[in-house]
Amino acid sequence: MHELGITQNIIAIVSEHAQGSKVQRVLLEIGKLSAIMPDAIQFCFDICSQGTVLEGAKLEIIETPGLGKCRECGANIPLEQPFGKCQCGSVKIDLIAGEELKIKEIEIEEICV
Amino acid sequence: MCVTCGCSDDSNAKIANLETGESVTIHANGNSHHSHTHTLPDGTVITHSHSHGDNHEASQVHAKIHGTTISLEKDILAKNNLIAAQNRGWFKGRNILALNLMSSPGAGKTTLLTRTIHDLKNNLTISVIEGDQETINDAKKIQETGCKVVQINTGTGCHLDAAMIDRGLQQLNPPLDSVVMIENVGNLVCPALFDLGENLKVVILSVTEGEDKPIKYPHIFRASEIMILTKIDLLPYVQFDVQKCIEYAQQVNPHIQIFQVSALTGTGLENWYEWLTKKVANMSSI
Repeated sequence: MHELGITQNIIAIVSEHAQGSKVQRVLLEIGKLSAIMPDAIQFCFDICSQGTVLEGAKLEIIETPGLGKCRECGANIPLEQPFGKCQCGSVKIDLIAGEELKIKEIEIEEICV
Repeated sequence: MCVTCGCSDDSNAKIANLETGESVTIHANGNSHHSHTHTLPDGTVITHSHSHGDNHEASQVHAKIHGTTISLEKDILAKNNLIAAQNRGWFKGRNILALNLMSSPGAGKTTLLTRTIHDLKNNLTISVIEGDQETINDAKKIQETGCKVVQINTGTGCHLDAAMIDRGLQQLNPPLDSVVMIENVGNLVCPALFDLGENLKVVILSVTEGEDKPIKYPHIFRASEIMILTKIDLLPYVQFDVQKCIEYAQQVNPHIQIFQVSALTGTGLENWYEWLTKKVANMSSI
């Protein structure tokens, strides 16, 4: 269950950047080949955020599809797993998308004076 | 996963019925669930949460929220990767070869390690960082070989991370021009994601586990430079297709180097030892 540790990382990074302001929304990008389950992150998020500036924040997750490039013929190949076979028969495939694991943006409450 | 009841939504968990050929979602989106997904034309899936009773209006719903958006573009594992890079520098500065040994529990990591240390003790100085959730049993076994060892207990943690290795190295204080073996927590999933600063990853698979592990757990086999197939002395007694296993491993990772060994009888170990000794020699010559 590495998602728990990863969620704790997310809370720590966002808290640091929010500098005490309440966080309303967190937008993550998680690649489909990253071996991270978005629903597990969602589950851990509510628990881990309790008592922090992220408590009650909305969590949005963009899941980027997997994409590979064949080393032999250069074709782009959509991937469901971190490996595959090109139409040319090669299994030498470089992953070019789908391994992302990022906090893209956060939204914090505006302080009105 | 629904944050209310813990059931899974349509983004992941599925049950496949092999008799009917049907694949069904464990729990489809219900009306009262908090989170759901949209799939964009390019395959990108966006999941977001709502409170109960929200009138959902596609993705514009959040545009109405009053607040300041900060673009972070921050890698979630950046901190681990930074410490891993420091560890890598630490190893390089001391001319230490560090291997991250990963497998499922019971694949035979500790047995392979104790035998390797014993057989190579006249040629190589090996010290060990042992990772387990609980107990110091493995560290004790390693200690009996006479080498330096530090046990890291991760508690509920399912893998070692770079910070643990940093602290472990300070305790271990391995000598210059030596080998550090990091025995990761038994787990074929999580350890693949965490860079420890090692020179390379080694995945260990035993013939009692099933030949299709490489395609079932592709991340760890893809991340590893070496696969050691252990317990081959048991091949006459178990159903395990070695050729098929090798094909699966190469399908996931065409560059993977494979050793077939029995740490009990010693079969095949000379190839592993030769590889390890050469690797250390090449380190010193750089």
